[in-house]
Order: sequence, then structure tokens, then C-alpha cells
Amino acid sequence: MLSTVILVAAMMVGVAMLFCLWRLIKGPDITDRILALDTLYINSIALIILLGLFHGSALYFEGALLIAMLGFVSTAALAKYLLRGDIIE
Amino acid sequence: MNNLLAYSDYLVAFLVLTGALFMMIGSWGLVKLPDFFTRLHAPTKASTLGMGATLLGSLIWFSLSDGSLRIHELVISLFLFLTAPVSAYMMGKAALHRNRPVIERTQDKELAARAARQEGISK
Amino acid sequence: MKRLLPMPWHSVMLLLVWLLLNGFSYGHLFLGAFLAWLIPVLTYTYVRGHPPVKRPLKMLVYILRLLKDIVVANVDVARRVLMPNRLLQPGWLAYPLSLSEAFPATVLASSVSLTPGTVSVEFSSDRSCLYIHVLHLEDAEALTGFIRQRYEQPLKEIFGC
Repeated sequence: MLSTVILVAAMMVGVAMLFCLWRLIKGPDITDRILALDTLYINSIALIILLGLFHGSALYFEGALLIAMLGFVSTAALAKYLLRGDIIE
Repeated sequence: MNNLLAYSDYLVAFLVLTGALFMMIGSWGLVKLPDFFTRLHAPTKASTLGMGATLLGSLIWFSLSDGSLRIHELVISLFLFLTAPVSAYMMGKAALHRNRPVIERTQDKELAARAARQEGISK
Repeated sequence: MKRLLPMPWHSVMLLLVWLLLNGFSYGHLFLGAFLAWLIPVLTYTYVRGHPPVKRPLKMLVYILRLLKDIVVANVDVARRVLMPNRLLQPGWLAYPLSLSEAFPATVLASSVSLTPGTVSVEFSSDRSCLYIHVLHLEDAEALTGFIRQRYEQPLKEIFGC
């Protein structure tokens, strides 16, 4: 039962990622694209955790941790670049 | 113990589905909400709860099947709960200084310009 | 002493988390202890001090209540996302801060971002005012009062400022 539920949940997260992709392509501004990327990485963490549950393996968590850290740093860097490189100075 | 495991399956299934549902709603908000600042709400909130529920499900499942408490999930969710407001703040600030338009009926629209100039409370 | 072990509590925390993540063995104890010593020594110059927590018990209560509020706020935001856009009434709010120090104000801004349909977007440069975007603003006065008594007052007591 649980593996079916996990597959359904993974499908839902996949749909969520498609929504993010739509926003990423459509824009209209770069800030929207950064927001879409931010949401996309959070969704991908969920997908990895579901995969770990599906295979019953705890090894995927290192990957999830790495994505969480790199995702946050890249969001912060992109937002900072917009603020510093373009507008303030 | 076997009974507990059987029930925990339902609990894990419920948590995982709830989490996925919230993530889907959050991303749907990203598509349908009318301007950038309203769009900022959906992922920062709904995705936080979605991740929280998914991670809790995984925590329960792995803890019961290993027989010992795991904290990997707790570390990830703590990290996400700490970083979500920070990245929302930074993206909001970037959007504010780029003068992103807001929809017509937003209340107190002139406050956005004041916020972009970092003005204090005017007397 | 200050040079060798600049942030003792951070070191203990680091070692503890390292052992919990990797499982206990003497090798990990050694490596973890080394990292717990090295990381604070390398980073302590970047860390600006924050006011000490005066009321740890209150902080625990605050965190638990925050967790509950996160769940409630998330369900609320999800409901508003699913409603048609024309029912939405977004708005800006200038929240007059009475916390003066940087760290408590950051905690307040983060709490506001995580909870009731609000995202804090900018501080004023004199830190007297927090600009908040609200997804559905009905009564600005009421929301200001809610944030003040639910989050700001407890934070003031916790940090004693």
C-alpha cells in the first residue's frame, strides 16, 4: 500500500515541478524566475525524500541535505546580485 | 510492535500525501496568483508545510524500521524553516527595488515606494 | 582562551549534531571534535554577538506556538490560493517596530514571514519600521496588534530588551 501512495505523492510533486517550470519559462521578470527556481529546488528535495522512502534507503538524505544548502545559497546569491549589480550601485 | 507498524503505515501514507498536496498547492499558487508579491506567499508557506509533513512521514518510517530515532530529517526541516523566510525576504527586497508592479486593488500601494527608500515612520 | 575556543556552546552543538548524524564511533568522535574546534576558530570573527536568551522556557513556548501557527497559516494560505483571485485583497503594511536590536528583530521578521499570510520584505534604515506584504489584508490595525501581542511582546521578554 505504502509504495503506491509514495508513487502517487511523487506524481503530485512532479506536477508541482511542472507548475514551477511554467513560471520559470513565462517570467515575466527575473525575480519571478528566481522564485520559480527556489520553489523548484524545494520540490526536488521532496522528490528525493520520496525516492528514499520508496527504496527504503537512507542514503538519499545526504543528497537532500546538499540540495537544501546549495539551493538556499544560490537563491541568496541571485537575489543579492540583482540588488547589488544592477540597482543599488 | 507489529500492530504499531501496521498503523504507522497509514500515518506515513497520510503525512506523505498531505505533504505532496501542499507542495502542489504552493506551486499552483506560483502559477495563478496575480503579481509577484502575492506569488511570494505561496511557495514560502505552502512548501514549508509540505516539506515538513513529508519529512515527518519519512522520519517516522525510518525510525520505526530501524528502531532508533533519526535526525537527518529534523536537520533538513530545521534548515528549511530557517532559510525559507530569509530567501523570501531577499527575493522580496530584490523585487521591491526593481519596482515590480502590484495589482490595482493592493491596499496602501504608496508604502511600497517608501519601503524601497527604506524610510522610517514619517511623523 | 578566547582565541582557542571562541564559542564553546557552538562547539558542543556541532559535535553533538555530528555524532547524531553519523552515529557514534571513536573515529567520528575524533573527527567531530576536530571540526567542532576548527569551525568556530575560523568563523568567530564574522559572528556578531546577539543578546543572550534570558528566559529559555519562554523561548520553548514561543517555538512550539510558532510551529502551531505555521500549520494554521499554511492551511489558510493554501485555502486562499485555491479561491478565485478576485476575492483576494493584498496589501502593504508598515509595522512600527519597538524591538531595537538586530537579532530579535530578525527573529521577529522571520516569524512574521512564516506565519499569518504575511511576508516581511524590508526594514527601514533606522530600523523603526518593518514593511510587510499581506496576502489578504482586512484590517491593518488588527493585524498590527496581533503581531505585537503574539510575537513581539514574547520576544521582548525572551531577550529582555
